Amino acid sequence: MRSNVSEYEFIAPGSLDAVLALLSAEPGAWTPMAGGTELMVALGAGRLEQRKLVSLWGIGELRGITASADWLTIGAGATYTDIRENAAIAKEFPLLARSASWTGAIANQNRGTLGGNIVNASPAADSPPVLLVYEAEIELVSAQGTRRMNYSEFHLGYKRTVLRPQELVMAVHLPRGHRLPVEYLRKVGMRNAMAISKVALAGVGAMQSGKVQTVRIAAASLRETPARLSVTEGVLLGHALTSDRIQAARKALLQEVKPIDDLRSTANYRAHVAANLLEEFLNQMAASES
Amino acid sequence: MSAAKIQLSEIRFKVNGVERSATVPPMKRLLDVLREDFELTGVKEGCGEGECGSCSVLLDGVLVNSCLVPALQASGCEVLTVEGLATNGELAHIQRTFLELGGTQCGICTPGMMLAAESLLRKNPHPDLDAIREGLAGNLCRCTGYMRIIDAVKNAIQEPILAADLAPEETVHK
Repeated sequence: MRSNVSEYEFIAPGSLDAVLALLSAEPGAWTPMAGGTELMVALGAGRLEQRKLVSLWGIGELRGITASADWLTIGAGATYTDIRENAAIAKEFPLLARSASWTGAIANQNRGTLGGNIVNASPAADSPPVLLVYEAEIELVSAQGTRRMNYSEFHLGYKRTVLRPQELVMAVHLPRGHRLPVEYLRKVGMRNAMAISKVALAGVGAMQSGKVQTVRIAAASLRETPARLSVTEGVLLGHALTSDRIQAARKALLQEVKPIDDLRSTANYRAHVAANLLEEFLNQMAASES
Repeated sequence: MSAAKIQLSEIRFKVNGVERSATVPPMKRLLDVLREDFELTGVKEGCGEGECGSCSVLLDGVLVNSCLVPALQASGCEVLTVEGLATNGELAHIQRTFLELGGTQCGICTPGMMLAAESLLRKNPHPDLDAIREGLAGNLCRCTGYMRIIDAVKNAIQEPILAADLAPEETVHK
């Protein structure tokens, strides 16, 4: 049953300050909407509960992608297309460009934004695992000012985040100059385009003298939030990637993930495939020094 | 639940080169404004959730699913629908190749397919097969099996190829 659009207020104040003033004046009353690729689907399906929406689309302060000496800063309003077409991201953070390229299809990528992907807080979202392995920071803004934290602290639980009702995500900051020699990203879904992940795994790492010197692993659709797999990382750090060690890492992964059965897949399938993806990543790590 | 009636917004667009305006609820889908207010029924609704591409239009030259764009966000924009592809009664290049190569059967996906192809070719005038497949990946067709659509886009890269120039098995079934 479709929604009755006459029941929805929707305004476009046009500037970041004006949106923040509105959110601050009536905290929680207004729901921000950028490209609409999530909320308009809910509207079409008759399940958009929020009745007052405020447009973020076209607000220039949110959309830029800029580089300083230490950080690449992606405005929350940057679209997947903006991310795919940015030369610095392609060169320094290629996993992010790749995850953007397989989010929806072109028309969705032209409207969907990085901020929306993060705030929607789906455990299956494509960009968060990549942001986690790149150790991104996230900047939140309200009329009272900005605050910045590790992105790994942003998600609190299923669809719950630290974002306050009067805040917006302003930008994501990626640390430059720390690129590791092995980068891995694989998404398993029904088809290449338009599919939401059954499971996805991102990994970056480096070997030194036959041992794991650095490793960061994050997953989608394996826990209630996008998550770093720090127990698994701990099993690997400082060790040679023998077959016993890889088996131990698989076991650690299976213990720290909490996959569920849903319409896209089963917990059992997700767990098994996630362990296989981990092994594929570790085989790339092992081969990287030879 | 009957909410108080919300304020209507006057939305001005340029649609297929012509200035138009509509006074509509600001959350009305661009798809519905185009079909109901402007009677541009070449814009189709398939899934209504951004998965099938039947409602594709170009918004300021950018391919979008018009079912996911609220009218207010299209305010001040230029919209191109399939009705705007032809000029002075002459089919656009991409329309001719779809016609000549049988890229159309039931026709529901066709306007969206053509706009996705138009968008692709504007950005990348010489796409390879992978780029064509990616450019059309958000548009579903349940009739053709896609091969004839892909052929139509491939052939739109060069000057139009007329049916008479094609091998017999590639001609359109009239």
